[in-house]
Amino acid sequence: MNRAFTLAGLIGAAIMLPALASAGLAGTNDGAGAVLQQSFTAKGQAGMDRLDQDEVQRLCSRAPDGPALSEKEYAEIMASQEASVRYPADGQYLGDWRAGEKIAQNGKGFQSSDDPAQPSGGNCYACHQLARGEVSYGTIGPSLYLYGKLRGNDAETQRYTYAKIYNSNAFLPCSSMPRFGHKGILDEQQIKDVVALLLDPQSPVNAE
Amino acid sequence: MIARHRTRAIAGLAFAALTAASSIVLAQPEDDPVAEYRAMMGDDNPAEFWVMRGEALWTTPRGPASVSLEQCDLGMGPGVVKGAYAHLPRYFADAGEVMDLETRLLHCMVTLQGIPREEALKQRFGDGARESDFEALAAFVAEESRGQMLDVPLDNPAMEKAYALGKEMFFYRAGTHDFSCATCHGQTGVRIRLQQLPNISEAEGARAAYSGWPAYRVSQGEVRTMQWRLQDCFRQQRLPQLEFGSEASIALTTYIAHNANGAVMDAPGMKR
Repeated sequence: MNRAFTLAGLIGAAIMLPALASAGLAGTNDGAGAVLQQSFTAKGQAGMDRLDQDEVQRLCSRAPDGPALSEKEYAEIMASQEASVRYPADGQYLGDWRAGEKIAQNGKGFQSSDDPAQPSGGNCYACHQLARGEVSYGTIGPSLYLYGKLRGNDAETQRYTYAKIYNSNAFLPCSSMPRFGHKGILDEQQIKDVVALLLDPQSPVNAE
Repeated sequence: MIARHRTRAIAGLAFAALTAASSIVLAQPEDDPVAEYRAMMGDDNPAEFWVMRGEALWTTPRGPASVSLEQCDLGMGPGVVKGAYAHLPRYFADAGEVMDLETRLLHCMVTLQGIPREEALKQRFGDGARESDFEALAAFVAEESRGQMLDVPLDNPAMEKAYALGKEMFFYRAGTHDFSCATCHGQTGVRIRLQQLPNISEAEGARAAYSGWPAYRVSQGEVRTMQWRLQDCFRQQRLPQLEFGSEASIALTTYIAHNANGAVMDAPGMKR
C-alpha cells in the first residue's frame, strides 16, 4: 500500500484519538492529526470539528502523485453521495432567478469572520461564468453561460441540476465544487433559486 | 512618526490608484490592476517604510535584556541578515525545530531580548491602529535577500518531515466547503473572479507566489507576512484559525518554499 494513502488514513485516526498521536513530527508521521489539533484554534463559527474529515474528504485528499481513486472507491462515493440528495417534497425545482443571482454573487458564509445570522451565498461567480453581463467570473469550473438554453428546461434537467448543486460528488467524485445541500451551505429554497438562475428562460444566464 | 504619516499618505494614494486601475479592469477583464498600480509606482513600494522601521527595530536595544536583535542568528550566523531569508525555513539546532522567518524572529525576541512570548505575539499583525514589529522586521530581513536565489533544501530529517506534513496539509480537504489549498492553488491557469491563482504545487507557480512575500497589500495598506497569508487562506477555506508560528504553518511554508527553489527573491513585493 502506498505510503501517502496510509498517511491519509492515519490522519483521520489521529484526529479522533489525539491523545494517542505522537507529539509533533518526531519519529513517525502519525502525529499529523495531533499537529492539526495543535496548530489551529476555534474562531467564530469555525469550530475545531471543521478539521474532521468525512469519508469523501478523506478519499479526496490524496496528492496527485499518490494513488488515484480505485474504480470501487469512485463508485462508492457516487452511490453514497447520490443517496444523500434530498429532493424537494413539493416536486418543484425552479425558484426565483433574481434571488439566485444574488446567491451566485454572494461569497459570504461560514468563514470565521462571517456573521452566522446573515444568509450564506453560493459564490458561483468565483468559479463559473454565468450571466453574460458579469465579467468578473472565475474559471475553476466550466462556463455556465447559456446553460438552460443549451440543455433545455425539462423536468429531468431540473432534477439533475438541483442534485448537482445539492451534492456535486454524486456525479463527479472529488469535484472542486462544494456540496451545497449536503453540507447545509444553501437551503432548499436557495438551491431552487440557483436552479432557476441556470434554467429559467428569463434568466440573464440564458440571454444571448 | 514622520515616516508613519508618510506611510499613511502613500497608502491613501495607493487606494486612489487602485480605484482608478479597477475601472480599467472592468473594461478589460484580463488586465491585472495591481500590475497597473506597480507600473504607476515605478520602483516605489510603500513597503520601504516597513523596511526602515524594521531596520531600526533590529538595531535598537529593546526588552527586559535591553539588547538589539543584532546577535539574532537567522541561520547564517549571529547578526548575518544578508541573504538569510533566501534560506528559510530551515532547521535550527539551538531550537531543535524547523522555523520560518517570523518564528525565528519571535525566538530571538524571547531568548535574546527577554520579551515574554505572549507579549511579543500581541501584535503579530498590524491592524491600522497598531503596528506590528513582525511585519516591519520581516520586511527588513526580506529586503536584505532581494535578488538572491531561493535555496531551501530538505537536507535533514526535520526538513523532510516538515515538507511531507506541509504537502499533506496542502491537499487536506475539510470543512463545510470541502476546500483544501489545492482547490484553488493546485492547477495552472485558473482564477477566482478576476484574480489569477498561482499553482503552488509546482515550481513556476510556487516561485511566482512565494518570491514576493512579505508584501505590501494595497487593499489593506499594510505589509503582510507569509504567516498572515496562510492564516487568511484558511479563513477563506472555512477552517478554524491557523495559529501564528504553529507547526502546520511552518510545514506549509516549507512545502511552498521548497517548491519555489530557484526563485529570485523579490520581497517585500506588492500585492492586491
